[in-house]
Amino acid sequence: MKERLQSIKEEALQQIEEVKDSKTLQDLRVKYLGKKGQITEVLKGMGNLSKEERPVIGQLANEIRDAITEALDTKQETLEQAALQQQLKEETVDVTMPGKPSQVGGSHLLMNVIRDIEDLFTGMGYEVAEGPEVETDYYNFEALNLPKGHPARDMQDSFYITEELLMRTHTSPVQARTMNKHEGRGPVKIICPGKVYRRDTDDATHSHQFTQIEGLYVDENIRMSDLKGTLNTLAKHLFGEDRHIRLRPSYFPFTEPSVEMDISCKMCNGHGCSVCKHTGWIEMLGAGLVHPNVLEMAGFDSEKYSGFAFGMGPERIAMLKHGIEDIRHFYTNDVRFLKQFHQV
Amino acid sequence: MLVSTNWLKQYVDIDHVSTEQLAEDITKTGVEVEQVFEPTLVSDYLVVGYVTACDQHPNADKLNLCQVDVGNGEIAQIVCGADNVASGQHVVVAKPGAVLPGGFKIKKTKLRDESSEGMICSLQELGIDEKYIADDYKDGIYVFNESVEAGQLAAPLLNLDDAIIEFDVTPNRSDCLSILGMAYEVAAMYDHEIELPNSEVDQAQEQSSDYVDVTIANEEANPYYGAWVIKDLTVTTSPLWLQNRLISAGIRPINNVVDVTNFILLEYGQPLHAFDYDRFGSNQVLTRMAEEGETIQTLDGEERTLSSHHLVITNGEEPHAIAGVMGGEESEVQDGTTTILLEAAYFDPQTIRQSSKDHGIRSEASVRYEKGLDITRVKEAASRAAQLLASLGGGQVLGDIVEAGSTSWTPYVISFTKTEMVKRIGADISLEEMTQIMERLRFDYEVDGETITVTAPPRRQDIVIKEDMLEEIARLYGYDNIPFTLPIGEMDQGGLTVKQKRLRAVHDYLQASGLYESITYSLTTEAKAQRFISPDVRELNVSPVKLAMPMSDLHSHLRLSAVPELLSSLQYNVARNQYNVGLYELGSVYTQTEGEGTQPDERVRLAAAVTGLWENHPWQGVQKSVDFFVLKGILEGLFDYLAIDGIEFKQGEIDDLHPGRTALIELNGTVIGYVGQVHPTVQKEHDLQETYVFDVNLDALLAVTNTQAGYKPITKYPAIAQDLAFVVDQSTPAAELAEAIKEKGQPHLESVRVFDVYEGEHMEAGKKSVAFNLIFQHQERTLTDEEIDQARTAIVEYLQTQYDAVLRG
Repeated sequence: MKERLQSIKEEALQQIEEVKDSKTLQDLRVKYLGKKGQITEVLKGMGNLSKEERPVIGQLANEIRDAITEALDTKQETLEQAALQQQLKEETVDVTMPGKPSQVGGSHLLMNVIRDIEDLFTGMGYEVAEGPEVETDYYNFEALNLPKGHPARDMQDSFYITEELLMRTHTSPVQARTMNKHEGRGPVKIICPGKVYRRDTDDATHSHQFTQIEGLYVDENIRMSDLKGTLNTLAKHLFGEDRHIRLRPSYFPFTEPSVEMDISCKMCNGHGCSVCKHTGWIEMLGAGLVHPNVLEMAGFDSEKYSGFAFGMGPERIAMLKHGIEDIRHFYTNDVRFLKQFHQV
Repeated sequence: MLVSTNWLKQYVDIDHVSTEQLAEDITKTGVEVEQVFEPTLVSDYLVVGYVTACDQHPNADKLNLCQVDVGNGEIAQIVCGADNVASGQHVVVAKPGAVLPGGFKIKKTKLRDESSEGMICSLQELGIDEKYIADDYKDGIYVFNESVEAGQLAAPLLNLDDAIIEFDVTPNRSDCLSILGMAYEVAAMYDHEIELPNSEVDQAQEQSSDYVDVTIANEEANPYYGAWVIKDLTVTTSPLWLQNRLISAGIRPINNVVDVTNFILLEYGQPLHAFDYDRFGSNQVLTRMAEEGETIQTLDGEERTLSSHHLVITNGEEPHAIAGVMGGEESEVQDGTTTILLEAAYFDPQTIRQSSKDHGIRSEASVRYEKGLDITRVKEAASRAAQLLASLGGGQVLGDIVEAGSTSWTPYVISFTKTEMVKRIGADISLEEMTQIMERLRFDYEVDGETITVTAPPRRQDIVIKEDMLEEIARLYGYDNIPFTLPIGEMDQGGLTVKQKRLRAVHDYLQASGLYESITYSLTTEAKAQRFISPDVRELNVSPVKLAMPMSDLHSHLRLSAVPELLSSLQYNVARNQYNVGLYELGSVYTQTEGEGTQPDERVRLAAAVTGLWENHPWQGVQKSVDFFVLKGILEGLFDYLAIDGIEFKQGEIDDLHPGRTALIELNGTVIGYVGQVHPTVQKEHDLQETYVFDVNLDALLAVTNTQAGYKPITKYPAIAQDLAFVVDQSTPAAELAEAIKEKGQPHLESVRVFDVYEGEHMEAGKKSVAFNLIFQHQERTLTDEEIDQARTAIVEYLQTQYDAVLRG
């Protein structure tokens, strides 16, 4: 009997070893370990054995059963692994094929510039102020020290709707409106972005509609040096730490003194090139100290309060930053243009 | 304003500085330089030649063989093709070695077997613009009229060695519209002396007042008028130096009289006008406002109709000039004029501005009158002109100018303290530095302690208030020398308002949902302004706001929706083979709700337009065009994102949209916009395939406040799902059924979602099956089967009675 068990074991292990699929393996499990399996069959003859032999054979039978069970399990595991490997191999994809596109749109370059400037100034404690695009003659001109018949009105040829109503020519009326709301008490710290309109024929450098963003800071003790420091911060933020600025005299009716700010040319580092017309400087924005008439008209005591204001064109900044040569790109909404710019 | 540096040098020393440096310095302290024109030609090889002999070229009919003395007795043989060359002429010779404008190199050469050692030049060949060249020399070589010597350098004679600076003079600095004004500016900048021109004139015994009498009818429009008579003049060509000056400033020389008035206009900034006295028609000058409908023939040959706000210079009867703008043809100085009436006047800037605008004439004179002149220098300028006319035209200047009105001027007196200037500028400028700046500016001032009192000179009309002095001090101290500081004040919170933050969130959401932010024009055509208007705008019963004087029909009316311009943008893209495009715009529309002529309300609306493929992943077989539900989905997502409840989409109809594929969007029962397919005929107009649009009142959405406090706890009890399908009439809106289910399924029905719609085969005609997925949930316990059944029964019974709906098995 002992021999018989031993031979069953050898045969079983031999057969398990050779198995190639799990069906055969299952059959072997039944054949050897099942209720009618070979080991059971052998053990049926246990009754004929002596009292001494029984535990010995019993133990041997158990050992052999365990050995076969383990061999079966191991084989089972091996076969499953192989099958999984096979399945994974069959499931392989070409990872270089294109992914399913998510619909992702994007922001407009001009708005990127505006938001960037808004974020810089809101971080410095400014608020964002807005106002109407169809403006009264009073706010667009008169409150800004441009009475009717003022020659400087020619600088901004306007789209009038009635004698008293026009498309605003700049975002400056928002300054006047906001100051009015403050009822003569400072500080006023605002940044005003928006669309503006002038009588220009659309071409590569002119657009009858464009955008502006202005800043205003009115408080006691505002100095020209504060304007310089603020503009320096802005210029470096927009164009890089290594840029320099300079102020030079200019004229706007609503500021006195009025200045224009130039930034050192990035293309040539200030040495002069075609971009900066060989001056080393690129004109970037207009600014100045708020004219006392403007302060007074808005209800501020111009002896007590002073302020600075500055205004720029996001188009110009975008054009300088990206080398864009035609302002009309901002308004055709050509997706080949829109797709190129990202908010972050 | 073009400023000749050669001319400027006569009044102020600029020899120590290069033109480039000068341009940069002036830009930084005073007036912006637009452009620098370096000398066109400075060459030792360009000389005056004297033509000693001129014969026909032996081998060419059209060429001349000239012997030319080019100085030091050197005779050069030069072949010249010009018709007007002749012996005895002084001409410009470019000797071998000269390089003419355009890089044309002069070499010794042979022309038809005759050697030619240089070239006799025309003015065009020397780089002078044809518009400045007198007719005599337009088609040939230039011949000197004045005494010059063979061998003399020609470039200085023709002012070719001049560097010219073009300034962009701002409207406040009218003083810089003259060479003298620029000289003052440069002198202040470099702290140099200034040399004023001599304006003394010898006057005859005979008096101007014997010839003319002046009356001003309107002293407001014409504060001062001076008339000076100069007789026995010869009108002729101006000498070269005078012509050079005018050309350098871009003015064409005409004759000595006109040229002198233009010269003074440039030198002093004071416009003058010369009338032909004998054709003036009377011996009295009357300046008055024109009569309505009165006419005058101006110098340019145009007949102009005048009105009562135009100032005219008359002979007592007829107008002979539109004051400050243009003279009349009748008394124009011409060849043969011998006696002139020289006008030196001061006109009210506003009056001239109006007149210039009405007549569409912006002359050198009107530009200056308009901006305001130095009234105290009018007479001096006239005297200088008279002096030049006498010397250049051989005329006799009669006894003193005949005047009416006054040149008196009340100067502005401005006081400020050193401390307040320092406080406003933010740079530590000393009292002494400030007074030095006053000296450099040649402003009269007094110092008392630390108070400076300045009397502004009349030439500087822009100096009126303290801040003007602040500018003078700051700019001459140097903006570069002011430090960089930041305002000192209390910390402000600043930042965006809730509404602004929500607006940004809307942008972020729309971009992330696949749309590109666009900016279109607010001004559109009249036709476009009437289209795609949302019912909530339509019901305001407003017409598009119209510009009084549009530049073109393309931009004449303000939009009431951004959709029409967005469609144009789609069309633009598709025409450039960009077929799959989704654009949105967040911007104002303009509704004049208070009636015509009032300031319109500006409502921020959100519009979008999408065309082409929305999903495009062909290798996995996914290619879907945009459809109604793509745009609706974007909007639903937006409403969720902004946590807005109370939205309903209802079947609707709007002009220009597909009648079966349009929804009106309601917020708590009020229409706030629409979403739908563009009507196929309108698509065709725009060469577009299926295109979907929406237009929503964003202000209405942002007005919904959303202050969430606390939160709803996440329950640990299971939710129970139930699917119900009903057969109903095809026309029954699914959303209505869902709403009814939601109502009847209470109190535990948490959500209802349509997950299938079926119509067609196996379905009775005119019917459809709609399947809903219902989720029941209780926060504190597991729901019982009885509770679910109860709800279900209520729903089925209600839909059956209300919609004749049959529950499918």
